[in-house]
Amino acid sequence: MRKWFGYILIATVLVFDNSVLAIVPFPGRTGRAIQQDTTGYVSPFRDQNERCFKCHGQSKYEYSNENLGLTVKALMCSERIVDRNQFYSSNHKSFSCTDCHSEGYAEFPHPGELRMEQKFNCLDCHGGDPAYEKYQFEEIDSEYRQSTHFKLEKEGFSCWKCHNPHYYKLNIRDNKNISEAVIYDNNLCLNCHANFKNFQLLTDAMEINIVREHNWLPNQSSHFKSVRCIECHAKANDTLLVAHLIKPKEEAVRGCNECHSKNSILMSSLYKHLSKEERKSNGFVNAVMLNQSYVIGANRNEYLNLISLIIFGLVLLAIAVHIIFRIKSSIKAKGGDNVSVS
Amino acid sequence: MYLYPKWVRLWHVINAFLIIVLIITGISMQYTDRENAAYLMGFSRAVKWHNISASFLVANYVFFILGNAITGNGRYYKLPLKNLISDIMTQFRYYAYGKFRGEKHPFPVNTERKFNPLQRFTYVLAMYVAFPLLIISGFGLLFPETVINRFFGVSGLILTDILHISMGFCLSIFLVVHIYTCTLGAKTFSHFRSIITGYQEPDEQ
Ligand code: HEC
Ligand code: HEC
Ligand code: HEC
Ligand code: HEC
Ligand code: HEC
Ligand code: HEC
Ligand code: HEC
Ligand code: HEM
Repeated sequence: MRKWFGYILIATVLVFDNSVLAIVPFPGRTGRAIQQDTTGYVSPFRDQNERCFKCHGQSKYEYSNENLGLTVKALMCSERIVDRNQFYSSNHKSFSCTDCHSEGYAEFPHPGELRMEQKFNCLDCHGGDPAYEKYQFEEIDSEYRQSTHFKLEKEGFSCWKCHNPHYYKLNIRDNKNISEAVIYDNNLCLNCHANFKNFQLLTDAMEINIVREHNWLPNQSSHFKSVRCIECHAKANDTLLVAHLIKPKEEAVRGCNECHSKNSILMSSLYKHLSKEERKSNGFVNAVMLNQSYVIGANRNEYLNLISLIIFGLVLLAIAVHIIFRIKSSIKAKGGDNVSVS
Repeated sequence: MYLYPKWVRLWHVINAFLIIVLIITGISMQYTDRENAAYLMGFSRAVKWHNISASFLVANYVFFILGNAITGNGRYYKLPLKNLISDIMTQFRYYAYGKFRGEKHPFPVNTERKFNPLQRFTYVLAMYVAFPLLIISGFGLLFPETVINRFFGVSGLILTDILHISMGFCLSIFLVVHIYTCTLGAKTFSHFRSIITGYQEPDEQ
C-alpha cells in the first residue's frame, strides 16, 4: 500500500513539471501532391496564378530542358511552396501573384536580377487609405518601430515575418472562438521562436528554449493554449485591437495577478473585441471569458460571494449566541460543584 | 476509555493541518488582485502550496478510507436510517436547550457509540460526500483535459470550479462548527486532548 502512496505523490509532483508546448506545425509548409480545393473561392486571377502554382503549389515541379529535349522533374524546397487553399482563404486572396511579384517570374528559370526585387510593405498599400482606417496601420507601424524586433530590420525583419505574405488571415477580430485565435497568433511567434531554422536567419544568438524560459509558469501548456504570447510580451495599447509593441524581455508580464484578478489585463487584450459585450452576467465577473475558459481569480461570482459571506456570518452568530448561553449557565452552576465552562 | 486509535489521531492531525493550508491558499488564489498583489500570500506561491498540500491530502484521505475499511473504526460511520432525523433533532435540541437546563446527555459516549447522531451525520457528510467531490473536482482543475468540455451548454470547467469552491466552502463551515462543537465535551478542551492522546473522559452525567 505504501508504494501506492509513493506513486501518487510522484505523479502529482511530476504535474508541476509539465513541458508540452501546444505547437501545431505550421500548415502549408508541407508539400503534398496536387490538392483538392477546399475554399470554394474562385479568384479572378485563378488561371494566371496557376502558372506559378504549377511549380510552387506542391513539392514537385517540372520544366522542359530545351537543350536536352527532356522534361526534368525536380523538388521544390519547402520554403518556396505556396499552399493554394491557404492562399485562397487569406486576406489577399483576390490578388494575382504578380501584383506583388514581378511579371518577370513568369519566365523560368527566373531571371537572376529578380532576386534583388524590392518587396512592398503593408503601408505602401494600406497607408493613409480610409478604407482600412479601423485597422490603424499607421499606429501599428509606429508601435512596430518601437518593438524589440525592429532592431532586426536590417537583418530582414519586417511585418511579413509575422504576417505570412501568402497566408495571413484576420483572426481575432471576427473570431468568437478564442482558443482558435490563440493558436493562430501563437503559432505566428512560434514559427521563429520554436523553429530555429527561421530564427537563425535573423540573429546569431543561440536558440532560445521557450519551454525552459517559461518554466516559472505552471500549467504551461494549458496557459499557452488559452493566452497569447503578446498578452505578456506586448505593451498594452488602449486603441489597437492587437498591441504590436513587443517589449524587451525584462518588461514582460510575470505577475500571475495581472490575469488572475477581477480587473484582469485579459479583458483589454485577448478579450478586447468581446468585452463590449456584457462584462457581468449571472453574477460572474468578466463573464465573456467563461465561454472559453475559467480563469481562477478573474471569474469570481458575486452572488456566490455574497451568499457565502452571509452563511459564514450566520454560523458565527449562532456560535456567539451559544457561547453566551454557556457562560450564563455555567455562572449559574458555579454555586454548586464548580464545573468549568461546558 | 480509548476511542481514538493511533492511526486516527495521526490521520486527523495531518488532515487538520493540510485543510487549514488549503483554505488559506485557496482564499488567496480567489481574491488576489492587481492592486493587492498578495491577498494573504500571493498567487504563484498559493498555487504551488495548494497543489502540494492537496496531493498530500489525497494520500491522507486514502489512508483514512483504508483505515476505516480495515479496522473497526468504520462502523462508527454507518448511518442508521431508522430514526436518523429524529435522533439528530434530539441531539440538536440538547445542544440548543437541554444542555443549559442541566439535562442528561441523550446519547452518552461509549465504545459502541463514539459519535452522537449529529456528529455522525456531519462526519459522514464531510468525509464521504464533501471530500470525494472536493477531490474529484480538484483533480479536474489540475488536469483540465479530463473535464468534459460542454455540459448542457455550460463550460465543464466552470461547473467543476464551482463545485470545487462550494465544497471548499462547505468544509470550511464544517471546520468552524466542528471546532466549536468539540468544545462541548466534558470540559471545554477535553475533546482536543482526546484527539491527541486518544483517551476520552466519559461525558458528565
Ligand atoms: C517551372 C517552375 C516554376 C514556375 C512556373 C514558377 N517558378 Fe518561381 N521558382 C521556381 C524555382 C525552382 C525557384 C527556386 C530557384 C530560384 O530561385 O530560381 C523559384 C523561385 C521563386 C521565387 C523566389 C526567388 C528568390 O528570390 O528566392 C519567387 C518569388 C518566385 N519563384 C515566384 C514565382 C511566380 C510569381 C511565378 C508565377 C508568375 C513563378 N515563380 C513561377 C520554379 C518556378
Ligand atoms: C500581398 C503580396 C503577395 C502576393 C499576392 C504574393 N506574394 Fe509571394 N511574397 C510576397 C512577399 C512580401 C515575399 C517575401 C517574404 C519575405 O521576405 O519574407 C514573397 C515571397 C515569395 C516567395 C519566396 C519565398 C521565400 O521564402 O523565399 C515565393 C516562392 C512566392 N512569394 C510565391 C508567390 C506565389 C506563387 C504567389 C501567388 C500564388 C505569391 N507569391 C503571391 C508577397 C506576395
Ligand atoms: C500590394 C498591396 C498590398 C500590400 C503590400 C498589403 N496589402 Fe493588405 N490588402 C490589400 C488590398 C487591396 C486588400 C483588399 C483585398 C480584398 O478586399 O479582397 C487588402 C486586405 C487586407 C486586409 C483585410 C481587410 C479587410 O477588411 O478585409 C488586411 C488585414 C490586410 N490587408 C493587412 C495587410 C498587412 C498586415 C500587410 C503587410 C504585412 C498587407 N496587408 C500588405 C493590399 C495590400
Ligand atoms: C511580432 C509579430 C508581428 C509583427 C512584426 C507585426 N504583426 Fe501585425 N499582428 C500580429 C499578430 C499576432 C496579430 C493578430 C492576428 C489576428 O489574430 O488577427 C496581428 C494583427 C495585425 C493586424 C490586424 C489587426 C486588427 O485590428 O484586426 C494588422 C492590420 C497588422 N497586424 C498590421 C501589421 C503591420 C502593418 C505590421 C508592420 C508594421 C505588423 N502588423 C507587424 C503580429 C505581428
Ligand atoms: C504569462 C506571461 C507570458 C507568456 C504567455 C509568454 N511569455 Fe515569454 N516571457 C515571459 C517573461 C516574464 C519572460 C522573461 C523571462 C526572464 O526574464 O528570464 C519571457 C521571456 C521570453 C523570451 C526571451 C527569452 C530570452 O531569454 O531571451 C522569449 C523569446 C519569449 N518569452 C517568447 C514567448 C513566446 C513565443 C510566447 C508564446 C508562445 C511567450 N513568450 C509567452 C512571459 C510570458
Ligand atoms: C521572424 C522570426 C520571429 C518572429 C515571427 C517572432 N520573433 Fe521574437 N525574436 C526573433 C529574433 C530573431 C529575436 C532576437 C533574438 C536575439 O537576438 O536575442 C527575437 C526576440 C524576441 C524577444 C526577446 C526580446 C529581448 O529582450 O531579448 C521576445 C520577448 C520576442 N522575440 C517575442 C516575440 C513574440 C511575442 C512574437 C509573436 C508575436 C515573436 N517574438 C515573433 C524572431 C522572431
Ligand atoms: C497572461 C495571463 C495569465 C498570467 C500572467 C497567468 N495566468 Fe494562469 N491562467 C490564465 C488563463 C487564461 C487560464 C485558464 C486556462 C484554461 O482555460 O484552462 C489560467 C489558468 C491557470 C491555472 C489553472 C490551470 C488549469 O489548467 O486549469 C493555474 C493553476 C494558473 N493559471 C496559475 C498561474 C500562475 C501561478 C501564474 C503566475 C506565475 C499565472 N497563472 C499567470 C492566464 C494567465
Ligand atoms: C476540515 C478539517 C477536519 C475534518 C474533516 C475533521 C474530521 C474529523 C473526524 C471525522 C473526526 C472523528 C474521527 C474518528 O474518531 O473517527 C474528528 C474528531 C475530532 N476533531 Fe476533527 N476534523 C477537522 C479539523 C479539526 C481541527 C482543525 C480540530 C482542532 C482544532 C479538530 C478537532 C477534533 C477533535 C477535538 C475531535 C474529537 C472529538 C470528536 O470525535 O468529535 N478537527 N474530526
